[in-house]
Amino acid sequence: MAHLLTLIVVLPLIGAVLNGALATRLRDAPFGRTFVTVVGCGLPILSFLLVVRGFMELLATDGTPLIETAYTWARIGGRTFDVSFYFDRLSAVMALIVTGVGSVIHIYSIGYMHDDKSYARFFAYLNLFLFFMLSLVLGRSLLVLFVGWEGVGLASYLLIGFWFDDPANAAAGKKAFITNRIGDAGFLLGMFLLYWAFGTLDMDKINAAFTSGAAPVISASLAGVLLFIGASGKSAQIPLHVWLPDAMAGPTPVSALIHAATMVTAGVYLVARMSGLYSQAPEASAVVAVIGAATAFFAATIAVTQTDIKKVLAYSTVSQLGFMFVALGVGAYGVGIFHVYTHAFFKACLFLGAGSVIHALGGEQDIRKMGGLARKIPVTFWTFAIATAAIAGIPPLAGFWSKDEILWNAFASSAGGSPVLWAVMAATALMTAFYMFRLLWLVFLTPSRMEPKVAHHVHESPLSMTGVLMILAALSAVGGFVALPHFLEPLLPMAKTPEALHHYETPLLILSVAIALAGLAGAWFVYGSGTERSARLATRFASLHRTLTNKYFVDEAYDRFIGRPLVWLSDRVFLNLGDRVLLDGSLNGLARLARRTAGVFSRVETGNLHRYAFFVLVGSIAMLAWSLRHG
Amino acid sequence: MDKVQFLLLIAVALFALGLLGVIVRRNLLVMLMCMELMLNGVNLSLVTFAQQTGTAAGAVLVFLIFVVAAAEIAIAIPIVLVLVRRKRTLEADAFADLKG
Repeated sequence: MAHLLTLIVVLPLIGAVLNGALATRLRDAPFGRTFVTVVGCGLPILSFLLVVRGFMELLATDGTPLIETAYTWARIGGRTFDVSFYFDRLSAVMALIVTGVGSVIHIYSIGYMHDDKSYARFFAYLNLFLFFMLSLVLGRSLLVLFVGWEGVGLASYLLIGFWFDDPANAAAGKKAFITNRIGDAGFLLGMFLLYWAFGTLDMDKINAAFTSGAAPVISASLAGVLLFIGASGKSAQIPLHVWLPDAMAGPTPVSALIHAATMVTAGVYLVARMSGLYSQAPEASAVVAVIGAATAFFAATIAVTQTDIKKVLAYSTVSQLGFMFVALGVGAYGVGIFHVYTHAFFKACLFLGAGSVIHALGGEQDIRKMGGLARKIPVTFWTFAIATAAIAGIPPLAGFWSKDEILWNAFASSAGGSPVLWAVMAATALMTAFYMFRLLWLVFLTPSRMEPKVAHHVHESPLSMTGVLMILAALSAVGGFVALPHFLEPLLPMAKTPEALHHYETPLLILSVAIALAGLAGAWFVYGSGTERSARLATRFASLHRTLTNKYFVDEAYDRFIGRPLVWLSDRVFLNLGDRVLLDGSLNGLARLARRTAGVFSRVETGNLHRYAFFVLVGSIAMLAWSLRHG
Repeated sequence: MDKVQFLLLIAVALFALGLLGVIVRRNLLVMLMCMELMLNGVNLSLVTFAQQTGTAAGAVLVFLIFVVAAAEIAIAIPIVLVLVRRKRTLEADAFADLKG
């Protein structure tokens, strides 16, 4: 089918344009809402079907990628910049996740956003996001990827601030956008470096140049670290992780789609896509692994004490992204993508489940005011429980397979694996299980702490929402049986593991199951009987508890050490000294000088004609005298 | 003293007289006449130089000045008339309030 890839990418854009342009007219039209729904959900589903078709085509061949040039964007000198799409196994998997999970979340939004006055605008933004995300995933050159990269940032900004009447939401959107700019600066520098070295931005060519050893001219690690700075912005890694928890200000389907399942994994995709480069860059890979491990660990500790249901999930996302980067950092690129894939299912399911809870409670997000919901909203409870078990790593659910692979590679990979890394990740996995089951108990199982007024109205969500939850829960349960790293192996080679360590594999597998169960048991012990035990723990470790609930004061530190000095510098130096004193001062000074001098000379002008004539005489004589002397 | 020097002397004298008149006389009409005197001083010097060098340019310039002077007077006299009608005087000092 001609133009298959272009169609995949452009279909959501058509939806965005249609819904966006007609948004205000459709609000009062008789079939306006139906039109928005059909366009907004239909086009992503169509796009998904086309991806499936392309996937079939890909499977039928021996792995040659589909390449399609949409058009030539610019021709400068002898070099061309094409908008071309590249469909190999890696981008196929990503495109399947993006359109598949994207489509079901669109369907979920029908119910979730039903009463919102900006229904059409919401779908326009979501479709716009899909368009940019697909150009990110399918782009052949870093340039197209970057356009998509910025585009998803824009869509994310628009959707975080979707309810912009509340200044807090608008501020969260701004924070996400600005934090990402910092990362993008690194990304751009990396791109410039690669273009300078290779004269092309096509990622397959750059990878080939690195793997064939034809690229010794630049430091792979420098390019790798620069690109990783970009990735750490988009994927919320330390030190640029601060935007993601705040991004939860957006509607919950947005959190599920953009800030859990797809957009935030763009950084992981970028590193995996540039695996040829990273495999030649041990220092950059070490940076990736260390940052990933640190992020995973610290985010998990924060998640343990958060009380907002979406914030817990947000920190959990940051932590899981850390897991993915650890996998990438030790050379297990396929495993990282495997975790992207399983994480997309269970985290989307968790977020949508949280959305269903919030929907049922009429907007309540504080888990301290929940409890006992298992009986009242059973479908949400069971799907949430399955996804929780999946993320905690209980076999045989999806998360177990990918997380265990990551742990094994962190331990055994010859490209940077070490027992220390394994220990950190194992501790993180323990905390993951603990805080996720804590959430499950506090929301669904402990006795109700709801206000009576709220408890009275609790209701299960409509089928468009629960159906999606069931699909995602089923995928979270069985998704791990797909041997994705093996499927991607022709593209992303497995990490090499020394033969001597192989007898550790089974004990470690058992250990990781034990860790997950220990997390479950710990949560049951602390929260199984209500909130008294946890309250006692909080008072005993008061200072630790305060540090964790305040997220290690990172926001405050950024504000004090970066934000305020910048404000001070801008206000005192640039505004008051530079602009007001130097610029305004010099201009005003010149003007004042001119006015004063003119004031002096204007006294000469009396209106007396004779005096004027006398001046003419004096002037003429002076000129004559001057010309006589110098002539 | 040859003829050229004599004529130039007269020209300078005419110009100086005119300038002096503009400076010291109060009457607007007299001031205008003095200005004509200055112009004619210049004309005389132009004609003299044209004669001396044997070129036509100076003489042509004189005709130009005639035209300009005629036009100038044609505008100046009505202005003076309007001014006089307003203040009933020809004294130049009376109109000092016209300054910008």
